[in-house]
Amino acid sequence: MSPAPRPHFSRAGLRHGVRAALPAFPGFIMFAIAFGTAAAQKGLSLGETLGLSAFVYAGASQMVGLEIWQQVWSPTTILTIVTVTAVVNARMILLGATLQPWLKDEPLARTALNLFLLTEAGWLIGTRYHNQGGRDVGVLLGCALILWLVWLFATLTGYFAGALVPEPRRFGLDLVMPIFFGVMLVPLWKGAKSALPWLVAGVVSLIVHALVPGYAFIIAGALAGVVAGMLIE
Amino acid sequence: MTTFGTFIASPWGSVMAIAAMALVTFLCRIAGVVVMSRVRITPRFERGLRALPGSIILATILPAVIDNGWPALVALGAAVVAMAVTRIDIVGLVAGLGTLAIIRALG
Repeated sequence: MSPAPRPHFSRAGLRHGVRAALPAFPGFIMFAIAFGTAAAQKGLSLGETLGLSAFVYAGASQMVGLEIWQQVWSPTTILTIVTVTAVVNARMILLGATLQPWLKDEPLARTALNLFLLTEAGWLIGTRYHNQGGRDVGVLLGCALILWLVWLFATLTGYFAGALVPEPRRFGLDLVMPIFFGVMLVPLWKGAKSALPWLVAGVVSLIVHALVPGYAFIIAGALAGVVAGMLIE
Repeated sequence: MTTFGTFIASPWGSVMAIAAMALVTFLCRIAGVVVMSRVRITPRFERGLRALPGSIILATILPAVIDNGWPALVALGAAVVAMAVTRIDIVGLVAGLGTLAIIRALG
């Protein structure tokens, strides 16, 4: 493989990123429709629903947030929803950590935007591109921007027309996100030894999932995988 | 009640809640970059981070797939095999979803 080019940013990269994001569309659409539908049923206004999708923009925490959503807020309930959000989204700290070498020479404002739009799916697509030697930050941002737009439109659709969407289970669409993630696992494969930490991560997440309610299993498994990666020479 | 409490109890409370959730999520998103730009990355730590993408995938999907029983496992297997053979992500996705839909239609 030729040496990787220096990190840079281009419009061509943006377009490449938009195209590369395509396989993540079904998962984003299904999840955001589910969120929009649930938010409407829960009685949230359209502004609140779109506000959550646009500014929080993190599916699992939006769903959990709905469960503790209040008609009338108090300092305590705000603190509760913030704490729960932080716990569910703590895994993003790890995603950002792996991006730092790629983004370190970028202008601050663009990095802020890139990170504001950071999602696991976009990060996985970007990581795959980076592993293949690509260094155009435009790919990361193009992918992130289009996924954010898809997320917003699908939220809107779910809010007004969630009941019209045919039963997603029939088409296997309830599992579209896990299957997309599984597909993204394949290009990461570099032999059994480097996959050993993945096994550790999977086992730990299953154990935590069985013992602890909520989404703690993701961060627990991910951390276990990182620690295993550090320990295995 | 304090003026702050009264403000939060008004419809502005939802705006506050969304703003607070957005802020804490943004802090999670930038924290990794901020921390990593200030610490020396040891080879050991780099190895750990290299294991992260695969680890986060398995940690996310294994519980979800196993909760959905053997059809989900078979569908995931079909998706991975199709991706490994073709290296086209859309093909892998369609193979996985199609397998799941067929199993459920027959079951």
